[in-house]
Amino acid sequence: MEYEKLLTDTARNLKPSGIRKFFDVAERIPDVIALGVGEPDFKTPWHIRQAAIDALSKGQTRYTSNAGLMPLREEIAAYMNRRFALDYDPVSEITVTVGGSEAIDNIIRSVVSFGDEVLIPEPSFVCYAPLTELAGGKPVILPTYEKDGFKLMPETVKNAITEKTKLLIMPYPNNPTGALMLKEDCEKIAAVLKGTDVLVLSDEIYIELNYSGSPAFSFAQTEGMKERTVVVNGFSKTYAMTGWRIGFACGPKEIMKAALKIHQYGIMCTPTVSQYAAIEALKNGDDDIEYMRQNYNMRRRFLLDAFQSLSVPCFEPKGAFYVFPNISGFAANSEDFCNDFLEKAHVAVVPGSAFGESGEGFIRISYAYSLDHLKKAVERLEKYLKR
Amino acid sequence: MINLKEKVLRFLETDCRFSAKNIADALDVTEQQVADVIASCIDDGTILGYKALINWDKTARDYVSAMIEIKVQPEKGEGFDSVARSICAFDEVVSVFLMSGGFDLAVMIEGKSMREVALFVVEKLAVIDGVTGTATHFVLNKYKDKGVIFDEREKDTRVMTEF
Repeated sequence: MEYEKLLTDTARNLKPSGIRKFFDVAERIPDVIALGVGEPDFKTPWHIRQAAIDALSKGQTRYTSNAGLMPLREEIAAYMNRRFALDYDPVSEITVTVGGSEAIDNIIRSVVSFGDEVLIPEPSFVCYAPLTELAGGKPVILPTYEKDGFKLMPETVKNAITEKTKLLIMPYPNNPTGALMLKEDCEKIAAVLKGTDVLVLSDEIYIELNYSGSPAFSFAQTEGMKERTVVVNGFSKTYAMTGWRIGFACGPKEIMKAALKIHQYGIMCTPTVSQYAAIEALKNGDDDIEYMRQNYNMRRRFLLDAFQSLSVPCFEPKGAFYVFPNISGFAANSEDFCNDFLEKAHVAVVPGSAFGESGEGFIRISYAYSLDHLKKAVERLEKYLKR
Repeated sequence: MINLKEKVLRFLETDCRFSAKNIADALDVTEQQVADVIASCIDDGTILGYKALINWDKTARDYVSAMIEIKVQPEKGEGFDSVARSICAFDEVVSVFLMSGGFDLAVMIEGKSMREVALFVVEKLAVIDGVTGTATHFVLNKYKDKGVIFDEREKDTRVMTEF
């Protein structure tokens, strides 16, 4: 078999994760301190795990409707109303998906066809461009900068819109920078979008991890934007439920109807046990969110203080669980820095360049680690920088 | 709304090594506010001490512990208090609780050997005026104490699946 010939050009040309090799090396160093992972260190709260066990005990193990259990969709609608004052119809405007990632894929495939352009701010989570390419679309990268707090600037969007633009991704709170788009920031983007036919996919997987002092703000709350926004959210980061693979999308019913067909043929339905756990999370999990958020905030400020005392420039991230310090003064590029830092100090961090060209000169540090773990890492960073 | 005092205490109960600055960072208040709360909690006896939680099985120390059920004839005007205070005075006694149910005081005791603990009960506790009966239950294994599960210091199994 000539397997290479079987592969499509798109699949063959998808960029493999360059970071994989780096972390394989890191894992072999016995005393390595990892600061790489993008998932909570907390366990899923026990009452949520218990709800899943109860569902299994009762034999609730069959398919659900394609869009997800109705009681779950109703809880999602209640959550969107409670936290963001947004109203979605659980029958036609909400789909439960296999994590936020599946929702992103479904929405992109629903609206992007050959040659269509998708606007993707960078640095950002790495899935948007490959999923766009798989749908036949063309990723158009919108760089964001430290000087703007890594916010998406309205003129960047304005200059990038063409008649082929179908979709704008809004990846905020942002992985890897921790940047937030506040209400006034969203309004500036909305002003650019008004009068166009550009749909917005607002990836709000980190929205509950907000340290700005203002309530979490969904792009769909921006005046006039709900009708053109699909909100993607999930349980992974908010409730420490990464392995349960459950998320959801809410949006205009015309879009959701198409996305549901893709979900129906590709996935059928989200795992039933995870759906029962998610109902419990939404019903009784608000205190858990707050407790974890407070702990993350403690670690975030610890790291920012540490960088300041070590004179490592770092803008203050107000969301997610990452800091994105500027290491351009310490190495030629972020990959060199990470390799050297791993080799000499045995600390593994992710180069900013892994998240797009505009991440060059930065490193991503996850603070989904205990304060003790972070303290050890900072001690090593201090020694490393004083060499 | 939970007040600041309770929020601060919750963090300290989780890990008393958190500094006032750490807790202030988590709760979006000033370090001074947290320091004041802690100071007043120490003053009024809300915070009674800070201790390490030790799994002595990991050491070479000879160690056994036991829970003693004690039946008490309450004294007029004093109730169970004077007997409880007498029991508290022994160094071997780790905790003393007044209980509802089939007995009156639950007393946790530590010692080097079962014999030492058994003799302590017979010679020191059973003879206290007002104590009418004891039942000694030795601890065979500690699974969880003060909210911490013993022998469950899991390795971080998270992998770089995605970033």
